[in-house]
Formats: sequence, structure tokens, C-alpha cells
Amino acid sequence: MAFVDYYKLLGISKEATEKEIKNAYRKLARKYHPDLNPDNREAEIKFKEINEANEVLSDPANRKKYDEYGKDWKHGEEYENAKRQQQNQSQHQTRQQYYANDAYSDFFESMFGRERSSFNQARNPKFKGQDYNAELHLNLEDVYTTKQHTLTVNGEKIRLTIPAGVENGQVIKIKGKGGLGINDGPSGDLYIKFIIENQTQFKRLGNNLYQNIDLDLYTAILGGEITVDTFNGKVKLQIEPETKNESKVKLKGKGFPIYKKEGKFGDLIITFHINIPTNISQKEKELFKELQKIKAI
Amino acid sequence: MNVKQLIPTQTICSHYNIEISFVDALNKIGLIQIEIINQDQFIHQDHISEFEKIIRLHNELNLNLEGIDVVLNLLEKEKELRNELNALKNRLRLYEND
Repeated sequence: MAFVDYYKLLGISKEATEKEIKNAYRKLARKYHPDLNPDNREAEIKFKEINEANEVLSDPANRKKYDEYGKDWKHGEEYENAKRQQQNQSQHQTRQQYYANDAYSDFFESMFGRERSSFNQARNPKFKGQDYNAELHLNLEDVYTTKQHTLTVNGEKIRLTIPAGVENGQVIKIKGKGGLGINDGPSGDLYIKFIIENQTQFKRLGNNLYQNIDLDLYTAILGGEITVDTFNGKVKLQIEPETKNESKVKLKGKGFPIYKKEGKFGDLIITFHINIPTNISQKEKELFKELQKIKAI
Repeated sequence: MNVKQLIPTQTICSHYNIEISFVDALNKIGLIQIEIINQDQFIHQDHISEFEKIIRLHNELNLNLEGIDVVLNLLEKEKELRNELNALKNRLRLYEND
């Protein structure tokens, strides 16, 4: 249980006046308020810390106690008395949305008890519970078809159907699966951000897949048939004679499923990279020279 | 519109312990949308989350209505930029590790 220097947290001196504490808190609250920093866990933690600091230092009695026993709280007999006193007095106090049970540091709870919260006690509104943010890491293959996944969020198992075609970085909202509401307010929502790892040979952009294919010089010049991998199997592909390097072909409907459009797919775009033969034999060299002569005529 | 999804502004004011004049002012400045049915005022339940955010910004950060308007506009822009950044990152992956 590390000692938390509330003065340092608020960037003020130990001699700071109430007004200076208030100003320092307000300034930091404007910077780290969760509503102004969505999806920013660091800001959320910082906001909880500065609230804790403000809660202690803006209350003269708490501040006095903190100043007296802060560093040596482990040995203070008075601290123990104060702790018991605090625990008895605040069983039914309410707390704001960002003051869930885990919002206080161990240090704070040891000093002032778990339920202590003087912040905004005057108001007693119903508040929607805290929204939770979570990340779900999946492979590209996992989102090629619609699948059911079971997630455990704060001990609760949630069965989730993830539609095929979910995009990397896409966020979906699951209503009512966030934190419990305050004063019987509605539960918050759960926001899941999908992180799609792609270890395949395909690159994905939206619903389209992209793939580079090496083509030998002779097939590129004369044309022919090759077999290419698509995301769900192999297909035969006719190569046009005189296919140029970096030319592209589009295989319609062989791309990625379109999100929430069952049975519809994007395209697979293939880029041909023509391999120039190396280590050619004397005979090949002669034939190429022959070709060169013909071309020159 | 489904009337069951509408919450009377008076109920909201008593739940959040706010003055009806505050709700009126938010409506006037266009920060919330009030529905009027048979002369009664309602807020749609889908807008409650945004409404709570406004209350928090007002109460916890002492922002006035104009300030809240600016903040919400900037947050909206930031969200658009984050979405754009995400789309660009996905696009960039096309050209990486070639």
C-alpha cells in the first residue's frame, strides 16, 4: 500500500489555501475528465486520483488527518481511531458515476474507509452506470463467418454473436452490460473494440482483399491458366497473354463478407508480379538474343 | 415515435435534481431535443446518455451552456478524426511489409 502524495498529485504546496486546492483540482479535472477523454484509460485513472486527492484535501478535517498521519499512517494510533470512526459514519453515502468501489486507492481506503465520499453529497440523482470499454482480439479468419463468442466481463459471461465482416478497430455497443446504475439508474453500456490480427497472405481494406501473385515470364507473355488461393479455397484463373507487371485483376465476390449483409462479399484484387528468369542457360540466352533480334526488326 | 421510449422532462428533472429552466435552456441552445406531445415535454431515452454527460460537464467542470456546446462539438470532431485515423491505419496496412 504505497503512500500517495495528494499535494503532489494536485501540483500544490502543503501550505495551499482552500481556494488554491479548488483551482488546482478544477484545472486537472478539466484536463482528465472521462467525458473529455473517451477511451482513455490513463486519463480515467488520473481523474480518479485527483478526485481522491481533492476529496481529502478540500475537507479540513480529512486534510488535517492526512497531514498528521499521512506518511506514518501505519503506526498512528489516532489513525486507527479515525479509521474506525470513519467506517461507522458513512454506510449510506452515495457516490458519483466515477466513484465505483474500486475507484479509491488502498491508501485512501485505509485512511478514510471504503465508503467515504463527500463529493456532491448534496445531490442524489439517478445516474446511468459507468460504460465499460473492452478490446477483443480476433484473427481475420474468425470474422470471415458469423460466430458466437462467450466473453467474461467483470465476472459475467456474455454470449455475443459477432457478424462476419467486422472491421479492425470497429466498436460495437452492448446495451446494459456496463457498470450498475447509481441510485437505481440504468446500467451502463459495454463497448467492445475489435482488434483483428491478420496473419494471412491477404491484405484487407474494407470488404476487399488484396493479394500479390508471382507470375513467371512465359505465362505472362503467352498467357495460360494458374491456380490461386482465395480466402475460402482455390480457384483457376486464366492469364491473358501479354500480362503486364503490376497489372491487376479483380475476382468479384471473392473478397471479405460485407458486414451485416449476409451472403454478400467484396472482391479479391490480385496484383501480378512478373518474375524475370535468373540463372539462365546458354541455350536460353541464345533464344532471348534471337527474340531481341526479331523485336528489333 | 414510440411514446414508451419518451421520458417526461419533469420526471427527468426530479431524478437528476435539476431545474426545469436548465432543461429549457439546453433545448433552446440545441444541446438536447425535446419532444412535445399534448403540451407535455419529453426526452427520448436514447438521448439520456448524452443528457447525463451534459449534466456532468455542467456540475463537475462548471461549464456553462456555451462551453458545453463547444466541448460537445470538439468531441464530435475528435470522434470523426479517430474514425478517419482508424480507416487510414487499416489502409496503411495494405502497403506495409510488402
